[in-house]
Amino acid sequence: MENRSLVTIAEHSREKLEHLIQMASEFEKFPNRKLLDGRVVATLFFEPSTRTRLSFETAASRLGARVIGFADPKVTSGTKGETLKDTIMMVSNYADIIVMRHYLEGAARYASEVSPVPIINAGDGANQHPSQTMLDLYSIWKTQGTLDNLQIYLVGDLKYGRTVHSLLTAMRHFHPTFHFIAPQELAMPETWKQYCRDNNIDFVEHQDFNEDTIAGADILYMTRVQKERFADISEYERVKDRYLLKLDMLAKAKENMKILHPLPRVNEIEYSIDDEPHAYYFEQARNGLFAREALICDALGITLDDIRNDKTIIL
Amino acid sequence: MKQKELLVAAIENGTVIDHIPSDKVFQVMSLLNLDNVRSAVTIGYNLKSRAMGTKSIIKIADKFFTDSELAQLAVICQNLTLCIIRDYEIVEKRRIALPEELVGIIRCPNSKCITNNEPMRTRFRVTGQKLTCQYCNNDVELDKVKLL
Ligand SMILES: [Zn+2]
Repeated sequence: MENRSLVTIAEHSREKLEHLIQMASEFEKFPNRKLLDGRVVATLFFEPSTRTRLSFETAASRLGARVIGFADPKVTSGTKGETLKDTIMMVSNYADIIVMRHYLEGAARYASEVSPVPIINAGDGANQHPSQTMLDLYSIWKTQGTLDNLQIYLVGDLKYGRTVHSLLTAMRHFHPTFHFIAPQELAMPETWKQYCRDNNIDFVEHQDFNEDTIAGADILYMTRVQKERFADISEYERVKDRYLLKLDMLAKAKENMKILHPLPRVNEIEYSIDDEPHAYYFEQARNGLFAREALICDALGITLDDIRNDKTIIL
Repeated sequence: MKQKELLVAAIENGTVIDHIPSDKVFQVMSLLNLDNVRSAVTIGYNLKSRAMGTKSIIKIADKFFTDSELAQLAVICQNLTLCIIRDYEIVEKRRIALPEELVGIIRCPNSKCITNNEPMRTRFRVTGQKLTCQYCNNDVELDKVKLL
């Protein structure tokens, strides 16, 4: 049987990504359907993540599926020493698809190898979080009308931020120019810069973060700068306010420029920006629903044609 | 070549592993499970070598190894020579190269990798001197590898 699991976005071609974006846009037109009537979606969260779980469970529910699973690893037998494989084999007897989040890196790849039903990776440690990347791509496509030839600015924690690394891999098909803006301790790692060179992705590193540096941006992707990432707290205190986006920094922004953030934010984006037309992070989170509807359907073998000819739409 | 024949007796059929750094010879024996071999095993230890200073050689009679058994050896030393002997003749002679993928041979250095927390085989993709875990995507340099 063909393995339809989603482990990492890096395996997807340009055509596949465009296909998933088309599916998401169909779901945005009509999010409520009975397309998955009679199916069971399991959400196994070995590490709590309320935001991601609610988004997946809403996506499954709005398509008419039933949802089973657990939100808290403390109630599962994993803590009693059961292996991941045994848990997956047990749940695959009940569910048609498994959405899994795990604190160990590579857990999703392994689960996809042993599971008879498709696995969707909802985050495996510091490794991959493909549904976040899919909603980022959908948000970029929706706001810019294309994914090609964009100027994308990544700001904040570029060292540990897996979302920015996944975005690099997904955007490699679309000839972007990336701009890296980060404190030295959280700068884009050399291995990822080498990845860009190997994949013909242009990138520019900036020292400053002000209205002039970001004037050319189509997308301004903000991330959290977390205190616990710093070995030296005084270094954190020194740089923490330098990577905050303030209202007056938008003075020279291009009209089409949109601000994205994987959320939750701490103080990276001044609250007065929320009402600006450039602010897009709340819509971005909403797009997560349509992106996840698309990912669940794709993993179950439902095609774009099936979705376009769907007779189960609830108006 | 003549002198080597004098130091280590020739075999009729079997496998010869040559150019083993002498400090690796016991590791090679253990990776090939030679303590479970019933046929004759001849070891030439600390032999003079023009290229290596000293080297060791192992001859195993009536025994032929699989590619994956040999692949483990390529992880610990890169310039081993393999000779297959039939009727006292060398019918095949080649360097033991690293395969493209190492399955169940080395440990992932990342303690948060699933392979270190689940009873399963590790898988590494080999690119030059760099090995990449197929589960957590971490890289490990060949000279820092730990065998399982
Ligand atoms: Zn690993």
